[in-house]
Amino acid sequence: MTNVERSGAVIAIDALAAQRGVRMLFEGLNFRAVPGEVVELRGPNGSGKSTLLRIMAGLTRPYAGSFSIGSGDQDAPRHYLGHADGVKPNETALEQVCFWARFFGQSEASAHLALERMGLKSRARVPGRGLSAGQRRRLALTRLLLDDRPVWLLDEPVSALDAEGRVCVETLIAEHASAGGIVVAAMHGPSLAGARLLDLSAIGGNSPVSSSGARVSG
Amino acid sequence: MAIMTVFANPHRFMSVSQPFAWIFSLAGVALIFAGVYMGLFLAPADARQGDAARIMFVHVPSAWLSMFAFAFMAGASLVSLVWRHALADVAAKSAAPFGAAFTALCLTTGSIWGYPIWGTWWEWDGRMTSVLILFFIYLGYIALWQAMDTPQKASRAAAVLCLVGAVNLPIIKFSVEWWNTLHQTATFFTGDNNATYGFKAPMYVVALGYLALFGGLTLFNMRAEILLTRAEMRLQRRLALG
Amino acid sequence: MMVSGAGAVFVRELKQAWSGGGGVSLPLGFFAGACSLTPLSLGPEADLLRAAGPGVLWIALALSSLLPMERLFQADLEDGTLDAYAGSGVALEWVAAAKTAAHWVSTGLPLALIAPVLWIMLQGPVSSMFQVALVSSIGSAAFFFFGAIGAALTAGVRRGGLLITLVALPLYCPAMIFGSAALYGAASGGDWTSPLMLTSAAALFAIACSPFAAASALRAAID
Repeated sequence: MTNVERSGAVIAIDALAAQRGVRMLFEGLNFRAVPGEVVELRGPNGSGKSTLLRIMAGLTRPYAGSFSIGSGDQDAPRHYLGHADGVKPNETALEQVCFWARFFGQSEASAHLALERMGLKSRARVPGRGLSAGQRRRLALTRLLLDDRPVWLLDEPVSALDAEGRVCVETLIAEHASAGGIVVAAMHGPSLAGARLLDLSAIGGNSPVSSSGARVSG
Repeated sequence: MAIMTVFANPHRFMSVSQPFAWIFSLAGVALIFAGVYMGLFLAPADARQGDAARIMFVHVPSAWLSMFAFAFMAGASLVSLVWRHALADVAAKSAAPFGAAFTALCLTTGSIWGYPIWGTWWEWDGRMTSVLILFFIYLGYIALWQAMDTPQKASRAAAVLCLVGAVNLPIIKFSVEWWNTLHQTATFFTGDNNATYGFKAPMYVVALGYLALFGGLTLFNMRAEILLTRAEMRLQRRLALG
Repeated sequence: MMVSGAGAVFVRELKQAWSGGGGVSLPLGFFAGACSLTPLSLGPEADLLRAAGPGVLWIALALSSLLPMERLFQADLEDGTLDAYAGSGVALEWVAAAKTAAHWVSTGLPLALIAPVLWIMLQGPVSSMFQVALVSSIGSAAFFFFGAIGAALTAGVRRGGLLITLVALPLYCPAMIFGSAALYGAASGGDWTSPLMLTSAAALFAIACSPFAAASALRAAID
């Protein structure tokens, strides 16, 4: 039984509000996600998708409201993949994956597996500066495979990826969900299969007061 | 404590602070004039230093204020970091230029006093050196505020710097004094000069005036800061809607 | 998890520093260059150099340790690595401590190792070479860990190098004073251990408070 299956983590967000500068991005956001669910954040640029993910990852404090990710009092470990890849130009792909494996306290064998899974095996000895944007994205995505964590927070995981890469990521997400994990992903373009949509544009960022809450469909 | 809750709310702060800012500033100017008059015309000349000692009436209170202002900023920074209070940020930011000004005043008047008494415009005396370093800390604090592109980031970075400075200040002071005694070859003066004035009242009156002026100007600066943020907020909203 | 994460970051930073890119050689070159320019401005008289040498060496060491600080956290902030660290659940205090420690090992210790050579060029007694290396290695720890606070505070600022100098130099005062006093003690055969103790105290204080101040500055930078 993996950590993911054991955790039974739940995401609970209550009356969450976020601001950027002097502007409210969203207000009165409520939603729940249970194990096995894929939640897709939609909305135009500037509607607060990235900020919501950063709040859930613990990088930014919300303006108001509360959220919990875990089961009971237990905080669930989560992976956060921002839109910057965090790829070093002067380290080879393999070195970077091995570093993250050690960082998470995992063996180097898992690093090789992750590289292979993301289709980067042939690029293992190439330094970061020699990788294309899509390959750097794949390299960033290997972090999800290195440590077994129930909650994934992904900011445009398929940006810059080719069709094959996109299929690869969709498979990863589907596998994670079917194993009992939760995925929250900000997306543009075509939707993920079987995802529940959370539309942040419904809350209108610029109006000072509007506590209508997010429209949840799906 | 009641006054704290009034000032904790930005809207309430804006509605009540203006008269306080005027009263403090005007009272400060009046007290400074009164204290300087007392010091220049009523106090007796110093037995050994003559009239040169009269600059102490503006010099010593400015030294007090340079430290008081930094302590005030450190307190506000702590409040801002722990409770995330927006008004505490504004208070610390608004006080900094006046703290720096008092520190500069302290250094300048000390230097002017030093020329007739020590025979040199600048002496690497323990006190003067640590006030000079305090001045650099003020400059770093102000520069950090100006260098950041968003006020949220600037306020937290500046608060961290202010607290780090406050924690280090006693250590810096101790080490500078240690260094000073190590290097001091000739002492230009002996004993505590302050004791020979015989007339401390002008100093206290000026100090009180400085304190009131500092409070008044800081309140004015806080108001300007809040109005600026509001104007920017309105502008952004208009841009977003139109 | 915390400790494995910090260990991995430490090893990574060491590799990055030594795998080329001029990371280490630049401050070394600056240190040597600054000390070599001194006789050109003061004049080559041995007595004068002997009197000024320890002080010059120490100020050059302090400035050399500030020089590479600008990129300490800035590169990680720009490429998203810092987001990944912060989002991983490992405390940023550990990350800041590991990065600064690796930085000191890769750059600070080499500076301390060439300090005795520069010391001799500045007419310092050969007999006190060991003391110079010891004082420099401890003093550079104080400089690096205080400098890391400045680096974290200015991580989000473009061209923040000069700002680091303004922010960190006041914090350098204690190590500046005690370290150069130890060097003068070593040069004259006088007491050098008690200023060395005080330098060590400054270094320990820097090591103790730097990770917390730096982490809280970094959290503000990624917010």
